[in-house]
Amino acid sequence: MNGPARLLVALLAAALGGLLLWVLATALAARPEPALAEAAFAALPLTGVGNPVTAVLLDYRAYDTLLELAVLLAALLGIWSLGPPAPAYQRAGSALRAMVAWVVPLLILTGGYLLWAGGQVPGGAFQGGALLGAAGVVLRLAGDPRAGLPGESLQRLLAVLGVGAFLLVGLTVLAFGRDLLDYPTDWSKWLILAIEGAATLAIGATLAAAYVGGRPPGEGR
Amino acid sequence: MTLLLFDLVLIATLLTLAVAALTSVEPRRAVMLFIAFGLWLALVWARLGAPDVALAEAAIGAGLGGALMLAAARRAARRRQRTGGEG
Amino acid sequence: MSTQLLYGGAGVALCVLGLWAFLVHRPLLRKLIAINIMGSGVFHLLIALAERDGAPPDPVPHALVLTGIVVAVSATALALVFGRRLDEQGGVPEDER
Repeated sequence: MNGPARLLVALLAAALGGLLLWVLATALAARPEPALAEAAFAALPLTGVGNPVTAVLLDYRAYDTLLELAVLLAALLGIWSLGPPAPAYQRAGSALRAMVAWVVPLLILTGGYLLWAGGQVPGGAFQGGALLGAAGVVLRLAGDPRAGLPGESLQRLLAVLGVGAFLLVGLTVLAFGRDLLDYPTDWSKWLILAIEGAATLAIGATLAAAYVGGRPPGEGR
Repeated sequence: MTLLLFDLVLIATLLTLAVAALTSVEPRRAVMLFIAFGLWLALVWARLGAPDVALAEAAIGAGLGGALMLAAARRAARRRQRTGGEG
Repeated sequence: MSTQLLYGGAGVALCVLGLWAFLVHRPLLRKLIAINIMGSGVFHLLIALAERDGAPPDPVPHALVLTGIVVAVSATALALVFGRRLDEQGGVPEDER
């Protein structure tokens, strides 16, 4: 891009920024208090979890999270369809290997803790899954070509686990005459925990597989 | 007053890191600054009372996103050295 | 209110900075960093609007941002794999950039 065009883009971006700031200031000056927050806190006892963000993610707006897991799955399918992964890194030296042997179990343990704690305090499936994915990244950096993931068919299973568990729970409550993903109050906590557990594994496996960046070697070639 | 000063320091550092990440030409440097930006953003969100989101940003946005980009930056840096130009 | 405006303004600034960098820089990696910072600006604006001066913040935007972060990273991963495949095929010709 040449000089005058660069300048034009900068001026237009600055004008857009000024406009957005003005909109923000007028909206904030005129805005009433958000009613959604009060409703979210009022319905919290019905969900069986104490962390309002987890309640929004897996109860009030569970559709969003279901579709978000579907987006994650679609991205992974896109990555897999683009061919084999980049060659693995060379095997790490003994000092790094010793560190990895400590760090990976610690990451998995912390991920499990975040998943369990997410019901009451900050944490949850996404943070726990991210730590599992980070464990995969560490393993791949230390020279494991598959980033600690299992073989191809099991990887496929792990990738659809989140969407699958979500749909299974949703359709089961539908069969009992409730709306899709409208959990019965007594069961709510455990259903949410089950979905979160499956979602943690799926997110961790998907992120690690995305870091590997290619179709797993295996059958079906 | 002290809190306002604190807020201003947080925001100024955030914007500086963003500008530095966006304007650096060397790919690895840009990615490092992007990771620093993500971690600082997590700190700002903790200040705004969003610890859940701060955790996710630190682990996913800065951590995994940074790891993904670093692998790409390594290749881009090698290509730049080979061709000596932008790449 | 002023906290929301201050931090919301920072979100707008990040978004505009990202947009500018996305438009003027050519290399794929720099475009990706720009678009990620643009997204972070939007997230930051949402988090700033959720803050309610002392009262517990609104959890609904927090949940939206949480899903957004994961989607942004998966899109980045997909884009990077596209970029690698492009390099393996010989890269983008100079006149098509």
